[in-house]
Amino acid sequence: MASNTQSTEAAHGGAEAAGMPQLDFSTFGNQIFWLVVTLVVIYFVLTKIALPRIEAVLSERQGTITNDLAAAEELKQKAVEAEEAYNKALADARAEANKIVAEARAEIQADLDAAAAKADAEISAKAAESEAAIAEIRAGAVESVKAVSKDAAKEILSSMGYKADAKSVTAAVTARMKG
Amino acid sequence: MAEQGAKQGAGPIIKIAFFAVLAVVLLSGVLFSPAHPGLAIHPMDQFEIKPLFGDGKLGMFTVTNQTLWMVLAIIGVVLMLVVGSSGRAIVPNRSQSVAEMAYGFVYKMVEDVAGKDAVKYFPGIMTLFMFILFANFLGLIPTSFTATSHIAVTAVLAMIVFVFVTVLGFVKNGAGFLGLFWVSSAPLALRPILAVIELISYFVRPVSHSIRLAGNVMAGHAVIKVFAGFAAALGMFSFLPILAISAVYALEVLVAFIQAYVFTILTCVYLKDALHPSH
Repeated sequence: MASNTQSTEAAHGGAEAAGMPQLDFSTFGNQIFWLVVTLVVIYFVLTKIALPRIEAVLSERQGTITNDLAAAEELKQKAVEAEEAYNKALADARAEANKIVAEARAEIQADLDAAAAKADAEISAKAAESEAAIAEIRAGAVESVKAVSKDAAKEILSSMGYKADAKSVTAAVTARMKG
Repeated sequence: MAEQGAKQGAGPIIKIAFFAVLAVVLLSGVLFSPAHPGLAIHPMDQFEIKPLFGDGKLGMFTVTNQTLWMVLAIIGVVLMLVVGSSGRAIVPNRSQSVAEMAYGFVYKMVEDVAGKDAVKYFPGIMTLFMFILFANFLGLIPTSFTATSHIAVTAVLAMIVFVFVTVLGFVKNGAGFLGLFWVSSAPLALRPILAVIELISYFVRPVSHSIRLAGNVMAGHAVIKVFAGFAAALGMFSFLPILAISAVYALEVLVAFIQAYVFTILTCVYLKDALHPSH
């Protein structure tokens, strides 16, 4: 073992240098010591700092993702509700509008009917009045024609040299007028 | 017909080219023999453990080149996992993603292979994985030192796993842990024989566990050194070994990761045996 140590330490010292440094047992104590130190340091760095931090970040991210998904679901639900409310409001407004239109139409119809009835009444009253006036005028006209024809007949007779008898002229005119 | 001719033509051309290159290489070896005849290849020198300060003897606590590269491995782990994750961002940046990926990779391995109840041993397994990974990769830097090429290092790693797993098996399962060696699904007559085989294979575990890692890493580095020696000897045709070194180096990058992975996943398998010893 001692010669082995020397051979490796004397790097290129002849044929013995061909041996494997891995099998030089004199270095094992040193290697194992530093390996254990290294492993302990890495283990403590990992358990005290690195792994808890990464784990926290990963779980935080998972939590954030879960929360975001829940929030998205909630917002989606809200959107659906809002749409329903909108549709309902729209339907209500439409019904209200229809109602108002129907009411207005009925009102206008009533007004129209009343106005039409009033106008009819006025028109018939006017027509009756006019008819009376026409009848009066016609009666007046007949009388006037009678008077004018009596006067004209008297004048014609007197100008022809006949003495006109009022009674007979009147009778004759009346008889002609009936004819 | 023409295609067939082309195919037949391609084969001989490659063959001729191959033999031409071989002939040139051999000729160059003869004609342009290097100034120092004889191959001065010392592939194992790179594994020598030397004191870093002074020229004294190697004591128990002497700071060596191996110590230096182990400390660099620690620094690498700290940079990757501690500094990398220091952003603590919900949306990670590049370095934080790498740290989280390493965490997730090993965590998932422990969970999938060893089971959910093995998760509390995850920090230890992560320590093993990160140390081996960084030792392997730092060892690929030219003129560096590879801690995991030493059987003393990998043997200690394997023995830590072996002792821990064995003790854990007995603590968790009591004598039931011996059921690992008693194959209850085999015919009764065969069981004692199988028990002996299982027992031997159980105790061979740390040996194969450690030699697999050290052997792979050491072999790759030695091969690269041998090719480097060829490159020095071949004069103007040294490009051939250099191409070979590039190829082997690419393979070594793969091996550096795969061996860290294999060591870790086998640790998980052994841990699973300790937690659930039934076959």
